[in-house]
Amino acid sequence: MLSERDAVVLLRDTFGPAVISDHEFRGDVTVFVHRTRIIDVLTFLRDDKRLLFDMLIDLTAVDYLHYEPETKAERFEVVYHLRSMATGARIRVKAPVPEDDCQVPSAVALYKIADWLEREVWDMMGIVFTGHPHLSRILMYEEFVGHPLRKDYPYNKEQPQYTIRERSTDRQPVWVR
Amino acid sequence: MGLETALGQNFFTTKLSEVIAWSRKWSLFQYPFVTACCGMEYMSVMCAQYDLARFGAEIPRFSPRQADLLWVVGTISHKQAPILRRVYDQMTEPKWVISFGVCASSGGFYDNYATVQGIDNIIPVDVFITGCPPRPEAVLDALIMLQHKIGRESIFTSPADVGYEE
Repeated sequence: MLSERDAVVLLRDTFGPAVISDHEFRGDVTVFVHRTRIIDVLTFLRDDKRLLFDMLIDLTAVDYLHYEPETKAERFEVVYHLRSMATGARIRVKAPVPEDDCQVPSAVALYKIADWLEREVWDMMGIVFTGHPHLSRILMYEEFVGHPLRKDYPYNKEQPQYTIRERSTDRQPVWVR
Repeated sequence: MGLETALGQNFFTTKLSEVIAWSRKWSLFQYPFVTACCGMEYMSVMCAQYDLARFGAEIPRFSPRQADLLWVVGTISHKQAPILRRVYDQMTEPKWVISFGVCASSGGFYDNYATVQGIDNIIPVDVFITGCPPRPEAVLDALIMLQHKIGRESIFTSPADVGYEE
């Protein structure tokens, strides 16, 4: 059985400069890879007989809008959490995404669960997953403009689907305290 | 003096609109529009411990066309708002609305992009209940207050003219 550290070594051997960096924190291993090679990396992690990361636990994204450029070069990161059902190993793969070209190849062909997760990331963060079969909003309504989990979206900016009622004709509501 | 004197204790006289108001307030058919955790509290009020049926509000009706009291129980999101409006519009007059808990009443602590900041933005409300969730006693209090209000309503006057008095 290979450990998560060995998976990083394998990835570096196989993909070379496509692996940007990696680190480990209390047993959790994170690998940063270029988004252009993300599908190759995920395919390798899933199909390599020594690794078998066959389960996509979570797919999400982070907005680093207010970080210094030297800390985070790109605004977004798409995060993949993988788990191997065979070995029990876990690994986190991150792909930085620039703001001006907000897209990542879709992983739906590799993991079916990526379908809804990628729709959620698109809905909340506005990251386009190229090759997704039907990338549409999953939580918000279709008429919603913008992506609410982006740090520059005002947290309480509402977009009602109805006109706010005039309350002057209400029959004197009562408050039970 | 009156008919009661002549006919004994077998009859009493009253006004038609008062009889109708009395029968309305003791036979409220409810539509629970339950969207969140307040629903557990609503169930507890309906069950034997607190027994809302004592006040004539016996059966929940899951068709708005059979109900005259709409309980909005829980957080209403902007995605859900048109559905709530439609359910309210499908109910036949006379109809009343109780807003159950802070989320329905004011958005509660969900001051965000997704939540309606009080259902009175969408539909008229008769009684608001605060609390997260409200105590069952507060719910019973709200129903009694609504009954007072219904009791003062008349078939001849507009509901907008009727306020609440102890």
